[in-house]
Amino acid sequence: MATLIILIVVALFLAAILTGGYNEQYLDRVKQNWLWDWITTVDHKKIGILYLIGGGLFFAIAGLESLLIRIQLMFPNNKFILGDVFNQLLTMHGTTMIFLVALPVLFGLMNVIVPLQIGARDVAFPFLNSLGFWLYFAGGLLLNISWIFGGAPDAGWTSYATLALNDFSPGPGVNYYVLGLQIAGIGTLISGINFLVTIINMRAPGMTYLRLPLFTWTTFVTSALILFAFPPLTAGLFMMMFDRLFETNFFATNGGGNATVWQHIFWIFGHPEVYILVLPAFGVFSDVISTFSKKRLFGYHSMVFAVVLIGFLGFMVWVHHMFTVGLGPIANTIFAVATMAIAVPTGIKVFNWLFTMLGGRIRFTTAMLFATGFIVAFVMGGVTGVMLAVVPADLQFHDTYFVVAHFHYVIIGGVVLGFFSGFYYWWPKIFGTFLDEKWGKWHFWLFYLGFHLTFFPQHFLGLFGMPRRVFTYEAGYGLELNNLLSTLGTFLMTAGVFCLVFNVLRTVIKGQQAPGDPWDGRTLEWSISSPPPEYNFAQVPQIRGLDAWWLEKQEGNDRMPPAEPLGPIHMPSPNYLPFVMTLGFFISGLGFVFHSIEVGFLGLAVVIVTLYVRSFEEDHGYHLHPKELEEGVNGS
Amino acid sequence: MGGKSGLRHWFVWLTLILVSAGCTNPSMSVLDPAGPVGREQLKLIYLSTGIMTLVVLVVAVLYIYIVIRYRERPGQEGEIPEQVEGNKKLEVLWTVVPIILLVILAVPTIATTFNINEKPDPAESIRVNVIGYQYWWGFEYPEFGVNTANEVHIPTGKKIEFILRAHDVIHAFWVPSLGGKEDLNPERNTRLVLQADKPGIYEGKCAELCGAAHALMNFRVIAHPPEEFNEWIASQKSPDSTPQSDRGREGQRLVGQNCIGCHAVENAGYPVQGSTGPTLNAFSKRTRIAGVIDNNRENLTTWMVDPQGVKPGNRMPAFDHLTEEQIDAIVQYLLELK
Ligand code: HEM
Ligand SMILES: [Cu+2]
Repeated sequence: MATLIILIVVALFLAAILTGGYNEQYLDRVKQNWLWDWITTVDHKKIGILYLIGGGLFFAIAGLESLLIRIQLMFPNNKFILGDVFNQLLTMHGTTMIFLVALPVLFGLMNVIVPLQIGARDVAFPFLNSLGFWLYFAGGLLLNISWIFGGAPDAGWTSYATLALNDFSPGPGVNYYVLGLQIAGIGTLISGINFLVTIINMRAPGMTYLRLPLFTWTTFVTSALILFAFPPLTAGLFMMMFDRLFETNFFATNGGGNATVWQHIFWIFGHPEVYILVLPAFGVFSDVISTFSKKRLFGYHSMVFAVVLIGFLGFMVWVHHMFTVGLGPIANTIFAVATMAIAVPTGIKVFNWLFTMLGGRIRFTTAMLFATGFIVAFVMGGVTGVMLAVVPADLQFHDTYFVVAHFHYVIIGGVVLGFFSGFYYWWPKIFGTFLDEKWGKWHFWLFYLGFHLTFFPQHFLGLFGMPRRVFTYEAGYGLELNNLLSTLGTFLMTAGVFCLVFNVLRTVIKGQQAPGDPWDGRTLEWSISSPPPEYNFAQVPQIRGLDAWWLEKQEGNDRMPPAEPLGPIHMPSPNYLPFVMTLGFFISGLGFVFHSIEVGFLGLAVVIVTLYVRSFEEDHGYHLHPKELEEGVNGS
Repeated sequence: MGGKSGLRHWFVWLTLILVSAGCTNPSMSVLDPAGPVGREQLKLIYLSTGIMTLVVLVVAVLYIYIVIRYRERPGQEGEIPEQVEGNKKLEVLWTVVPIILLVILAVPTIATTFNINEKPDPAESIRVNVIGYQYWWGFEYPEFGVNTANEVHIPTGKKIEFILRAHDVIHAFWVPSLGGKEDLNPERNTRLVLQADKPGIYEGKCAELCGAAHALMNFRVIAHPPEEFNEWIASQKSPDSTPQSDRGREGQRLVGQNCIGCHAVENAGYPVQGSTGPTLNAFSKRTRIAGVIDNNRENLTTWMVDPQGVKPGNRMPAFDHLTEEQIDAIVQYLLELK
């Protein structure tokens, strides 16, 4: 701990000395530095980009972890990675993918796009938005430095008590899990609230709820789910932290606790979490499919209804993760039926997407390839979900590779393909350049085929008796071929991801310039330049119907009608406090990880001081004036 | 269920392509059940697979048709298709049809769930207490006063009521070919009723992540015809733990010094002792060591000297401080435990 602080101080000194010595100009120099700009930014578009970078970084780490797992499982009785280390890889892969990759990359898209889609100049709470990102990033960092300092958590991403308690997981491993997720979780909750308020309050005139693009709708419902699902996680993590640090015995059975309660708390959060992930992906597909079919979304109202219903039912089904816990047939059947019910609104969505394409003019850009590829993959994942709801059958499926296949079909087939689709779709809007289509298609095909090759055989592995979370299996039970295929598929997926990385690097270096409306889009974000100006809309647009921008184009307009005269635009100032506050949380987390209560409270003190400073801060932002705006006016 | 045999063909066909030919040992596959519970569950697996395959096919056919038919062709770039709002009839159709399919699935689900959970008649069944330890299995037959570990013997044709309990962390008891799994909790008992139709060895696994050696927390269910089972019980009631050779006598002494802190051996001349590790009663009758390697002289020696190499993460220390002869004597004695 002390060494860490010393290292940080030394690094600060070195930075000062190497950049020309610490003198009066030092602070100015810092403030002009690009890094400072990114650290203090409160611009939702930049924060969105930060989320994409953070998520990408963690995706690389978690992807590498899964590759190692699959290499170990390539052959029976392989001796590459065994025991605890394997469990660490498994835990970190799952935890990182769920908490640090899937949601954050979607947050990245939401941050940039949602305010643009509703015709807002900004999000409701720019300061909180920045804080949300930094907390997420700090939590993720805390989790991942566990590899270097003291050992990674190894009790699975679900971290079941009692395995995750001190008696059976001594050492700091699970502390990293508990504290890293706690910090990242606060960030997620903050961002969720911010999106909720933004969508409720910041819509342009005429943008009624039933004119919101589907991506905004799904962001809205997802944020509501975050609001209700994350507090149970927070509470659960606190209880586990107290069990581990202060022997409170909430879950420790030898102290009178109850380990099943952890499972309830975890899944009351955990099940909605998967809808939190997949709903925004539904939104992306709805937008992408209607754009590239040149049609309005089929059954818009039922789509909205289905999203809300899925969100609601998402809270009713957590026990389907616990059919084998021994809760009895009554509880099990109630939750089985509730689970099956979710298939209905999901089915509605799938058919509506299909019928949106029906009669359209489908253009197979990379974004559209990912979207249509999704339909097949997601339906396959969805139907195995219904199969898992069949309790007696689930007693066989549960905790086997069948489940691994199922949730990767849903999460990769839904969330990851959704993200990639949105990424290719909105890249020109976000960065003002085009990703290369040829490399994009290589990316799609390698990734998509690799994905099916990896996970389809796993259904059979489960049926042939292979439990999940095992580091080895024996020859002679019919598991060899399917495991081999699965690992080969992983290599293909990896190759696909390399195409993406190459594509991004290429585009960053010499990307082709993109116009404001490259795809003949339908929603508001395409009505302004790419990338959008700092203030998004010089004049807030007047919305006259669903697919507002398409509507105007059909009537021959080349810009949105303004809802207000050109006037000064209020902008929030950059702020370094979110970063400092996060630093406080990070230090505090690290302290508690190592049972150093003093350092833990020291970090919290930093947080409280920054809260105090923020409360009395008198910075009301600044105004951009119309004269400076003239050339940036809503042109495409 | 009418379409069952068709479905079974479909499954067998897929199985054939996806399984490496020839080397499949069927005693661990859900698709080849050896008892009524597994069979009931498999029926539901087929039923749900059938319905769900139908759904996937409908979507796939529609999808392929649409994607091919409505692709933008050269020359169509400027065209704008009709902007359809929706279609109430169609939307009702794909709300109602899934509901019907789900009802078809839900009814047998509920019935079977209650069925397989029924408590068996004590007169007709045998009770076995299962205790899950990191990373081995203890089995007690309270009606017979018999204990064993890692291998549980049962009579065919009889219901076995397994009462499950974890000693430390949560484990899960799973014998794929006999029927679905149930968790072992540290704070309360759970129950699983299984039955085997024919004699044989059925592989069992721990299915809940329980620590470093979770992957190797195996056990075997060994089903006998009823008379043979009764003989087995009788032999377990008074295991023969007297050494048969000089070497074995030396081994007995060494076991007393080194092993019984953790392992129990009955009728061996010293107090029965520890339960940190599996009981060694009648060890020579076990088919495997620690659930992972075949029980023979060579493997047993390897296990004694390097248990971590055989089962990484397990809780037995290596006995590499003993001389080769001493190890050999212990091995000899264990192989004489009947
Ligand atoms: C790059 C492609 C991926 C591959 C090859 C892969 C592979 C694997 C493997 C082999 C396991 C271990 C299964 C077991 O033994 O139980 C696993 C677990 C898991 N994966 Fe993935 N995965 C991939 C992507 C993802 C993504 C994108 C997510 C979510 C966003 C994800 C979430 C999980 C979770 C939650 C677990 C469970 C971890 C646990 O049991 O604690 N994976 N994955
Ligand atoms: Cu276990």
